[in-house]
Amino acid sequence: MVSMLNIALIAFASGAQGSLLDVNPGLIFWTVITFVLLLLILKKIAWKPILSSLSERENFIRESLEKAEAAQNETQKLLEENKSRLAKADEEAKIIVAQSKEHAQSLKTQILDQSKQEAKSMIDAAASEIERRNQEAFNSLKEQVASIAVEAAEKILRETLDKDKKQNLVDKYMKDLSKN
Amino acid sequence: MEENVHTAVADTLQKAVEKSQDTGWLMHHILDSRELDFEPFGTIHLPEIYLFGMDISITKHVVFIWLAFILLVVLFRIAAKSYKTNKSPKGLANFLEILIIFVRDEIAKPTIGKGYEKFLPYLLTAFFFILTCNFLGLIPYGSTATSNIAVTATLAILSFFVIQIGGMMKNGSIGYFKGLIPHGVPAWIIPIMAVVELLGLFTKPFALAIRLFANMTAGHIVILALMGLIFILNTYVVAPVSIAFALFIYLLEILVALIQAYIFTMLSSLFIGMAVHQDH
Repeated sequence: MVSMLNIALIAFASGAQGSLLDVNPGLIFWTVITFVLLLLILKKIAWKPILSSLSERENFIRESLEKAEAAQNETQKLLEENKSRLAKADEEAKIIVAQSKEHAQSLKTQILDQSKQEAKSMIDAAASEIERRNQEAFNSLKEQVASIAVEAAEKILRETLDKDKKQNLVDKYMKDLSKN
Repeated sequence: MEENVHTAVADTLQKAVEKSQDTGWLMHHILDSRELDFEPFGTIHLPEIYLFGMDISITKHVVFIWLAFILLVVLFRIAAKSYKTNKSPKGLANFLEILIIFVRDEIAKPTIGKGYEKFLPYLLTAFFFILTCNFLGLIPYGSTATSNIAVTATLAILSFFVIQIGGMMKNGSIGYFKGLIPHGVPAWIIPIMAVVELLGLFTKPFALAIRLFANMTAGHIVILALMGLIFILNTYVVAPVSIAFALFIYLLEILVALIQAYIFTMLSSLFIGMAVHQDH
């Protein structure tokens, strides 16, 4: 009987060493307490502030990137707009220059034509004036010659010849003169 | 005659126990105990506490989970404070942020998907607690609380509760249990599926507990066995080989400490994801 107890005691002693699979309820108790407490404390002091500042920063970075991209796009657009405007202005300037050249050309030919016309008409007018003056001079000359001739005839008639004899002669001269 | 037999049995048992006590030094390093060893400086005896007849004495592993607790609270207090002063973290906060982002983006987000934010505090706490406990076992005079089945089982049970409650909160408690059985199975197979799926609920945390416990225990036993080789063979010749191998295993244990913290968190997250989104 004593030896039976002995065996039991020895067996118990060897069991007291413990095995890897022994579960200590006290340890479970402390683990639950510690872990739950840790969860609550870290949730308050760490996870909430850190996670919120993390997402805040991520949002900030994303927004900044988006803004930068938008600004770049805007700049690109403006640049292209400027370029197209510049090209348009260049084109317009070219058209204006060409137009004014054409205009100047037509103006030149017009003025030239006009002045030619004017010159011609002036020349014509001058020629006709000259003609008219010539005619006038000739006429007055003719009259003067006639009067001179009449005077001369008168003189001749008075001084020398008898009236009847010389009448025929005068008529004859007159006829000659009027023929001219 | 009978007396003789008894003495013979007792003798054999005595021998067996003495022999088994030869491995006591090895188990002493792995098992929980009532004192903290600081050989050769002495030992600290821990207080024994009883609450309602339950033994809740402070043991070595309790001390080490408390150490992990204090370490984590202090480290994260410092890290969280640095966020108030400047937006971009440096040093400690930066290091912890890498791990936090890892848990968030590599573990929680892909496995749980929509609504992962609710489970993030639990997953982060589990990850950092297990990681710290694992590493505390690798420092001199340290002890791995996660190599105790009681600790890993408790963590697994907490995971189990988080998984079930997460599933029930999303799908409703009746809808959750209905959703355990996949759609489109023949009617006669439903009872079998129900049993299998119900068992599956419990095997998941069981596997979590055993995996962590075994991984954290195995490395230590191998290191101790390699060291014991010197004394068993009773020669110095084997010492360099033992130390080289032990060092290798130690480095492996650093890797294992990281991987097991990751795997525990990853699988918890995966199971949460499966419970929350039952349709796929």
